[in-house]
Amino acid sequence: MMMARRPLLALAICLAIVVALTAQTPANGQRIISLVPAATEMLFAIGAGPEVVGVSSFDTYPPEVATRTRVGALVDPDYERILTLRPTLVVVYGSQTDLVERLGRSRIPVFSYRHVGLPDVTTTIRELGARVGRMTEANALASAIEAKLADVRRRVSGLPRPKTMLVFSREVGALRGIYASGGIGFLHDLLVTAGATDVFADVMRQNVQVSSEQLLARAPEVILELWPSKGWSAARETQERAAWRQLPAVPAVRANRILMLADDKLTIPGPRVGEVAQALADALHGTAR
Amino acid sequence: MTDALRPETHPSQPRPHGPSPPHLLRAPLTRGLPIVALSFVALVASVGLAPFVGSTSLSFTRVFATHVPFGDNVDAQIFLLARLPRAVAAALVGASLASAGVVFQSLLQNPLATPYTLGISAGASLGAMLAITFGAAFPLAGVAAASLVGAFLAVLVVYALARARQHGLSTTVLLLSGVTLNAFFSALILFVQYLSDFTSTYRALRWLMGDLDVAGYAPILAALPFLIVAFAAFIWLARPLNLLSLGADAAGTRGLDVHRTQRVAFFSASIATGAAVSIGGPIGFIGIIVPHLVRLMVGADHRLVLPVSAFLGGAFLVTCDTVGRTVFAPLELPVGIITALVGGPFFLWMLLKRR
Repeated sequence: MMMARRPLLALAICLAIVVALTAQTPANGQRIISLVPAATEMLFAIGAGPEVVGVSSFDTYPPEVATRTRVGALVDPDYERILTLRPTLVVVYGSQTDLVERLGRSRIPVFSYRHVGLPDVTTTIRELGARVGRMTEANALASAIEAKLADVRRRVSGLPRPKTMLVFSREVGALRGIYASGGIGFLHDLLVTAGATDVFADVMRQNVQVSSEQLLARAPEVILELWPSKGWSAARETQERAAWRQLPAVPAVRANRILMLADDKLTIPGPRVGEVAQALADALHGTAR
Repeated sequence: MTDALRPETHPSQPRPHGPSPPHLLRAPLTRGLPIVALSFVALVASVGLAPFVGSTSLSFTRVFATHVPFGDNVDAQIFLLARLPRAVAAALVGASLASAGVVFQSLLQNPLATPYTLGISAGASLGAMLAITFGAAFPLAGVAAASLVGAFLAVLVVYALARARQHGLSTTVLLLSGVTLNAFFSALILFVQYLSDFTSTYRALRWLMGDLDVAGYAPILAALPFLIVAFAAFIWLARPLNLLSLGADAAGTRGLDVHRTQRVAFFSASIATGAAVSIGGPIGFIGIIVPHLVRLMVGADHRLVLPVSAFLGGAFLVTCDTVGRTVFAPLELPVGIITALVGGPFFLWMLLKRR
């Protein structure tokens, strides 16, 4: 009997802990779940962090998200876990129509949004702020981002705008499977803000798979590569730079203007876009100016 | 399809002291040789012409201008570093997949067998998925090398399974273990996909659609030793496969070392498939459309089917890839979509016709 009781006891304690943890209700009674990393960042940046009880499985920023419950992501939201967190608002991406429908049936309020260009970031921050009752903070943050972007634009105005290819994904150590920003989307907008001319500005897609022929024909003067920070090292950078030598006719390769930035924030359309624009401008035009 | 090869006895020519080949082995090849020559011309022409077509317009006088240094000559680099290696890669991959298809159909005595039936492409895909998903964090091997390792592991597993219960290779066990391995690897692929982020998932999906943009000759040179070994074996295999198509027992009584032939056929076709997939991804349908079309043209003699399949398989894939990289330029239509669009209906037509 003792043997049988102990697991039961352990289970009861576990349950009690889980209940205690999930029942921690933030001061103003809001319990927000965010399924989009960019939206999570926005919520924390406007001071709604304490009210965020659940985040997506891809969230890494701010560091506080490590303590929040993971509730799946874009294609695999964990509906049961979302329900057990008793949310007062779930922030979802526009394509999660099934989840929106299920949440609607459970009478759980939803904030759904989509992002394409850079202006969508500040628009979403303001809308989200209004929704969670932090209009003032959201306005201040959005204005600060807009000011920062304007500042970067001012800094690079009048400087030469090199024909740049912004690569956000590529096969490790080889010039295969190259994905670059096309002529729409926040990466394209960031590149233009940072004082470059996008070599794929005429391709009306957010991403372009770049063939070696297109690479040679478009002749970018600068290649700006964004890499995830995980696994990045000086040795990796040397290896990735060496990969480009296969195509010596590309002006960026010949002039050795291949810029590599390794940071996860670079590809998140969240409140750090101002910093990203700054980082891109620094990489393209140097930090002196 | 193998009707022409039904066991035929030759009571008029008893040969008590040696193998008595079916008449097909001694049939003159002269009738088929013009087709071999024509298909070879088709391959050479496709590889030679493909670099002249593309998403950008080139000045061909500049391509071949000797006074401009190669490093500064963009036209020459597009021609020689982007288009030509791509056409060569397509030719090699198409030739490998088509002839591997012939060998697998003969080895498994099954007209619906493809180079991917025995789980080789699934093994290659799993290797590639792992490299794509975890490559940035743990850069152990490139995608091509990882897919080659995955393919060869799958080959060894299937071989060990088929050998486990009996001496020699059981085609039934080969087929069943291959199909099971395919399903198992597919499950592992889905599991890896589940663990990966969106960018990796997208790249992995794109890899599965096939891509021949090799951007230089290094990927081709890396796969070439394997392809040379495989094609040397294919040349040797032509006669034994003719005998094998009589059935293993009949071939054995005619003096064929059936086990050795099966082993050589299995490993050479597997190596060719693994090397082809490591260059261009698992491009579908080449290994089934081309062999069947070729058999319609030249009959069932492997001395003709193998070379014509290799040449026309290469020419077909070069053509598909040229279409893929020009129709939506500057965007590219993945070559696997084109071969599947052509191959799917063809496959169905063939199924219906066989009833």
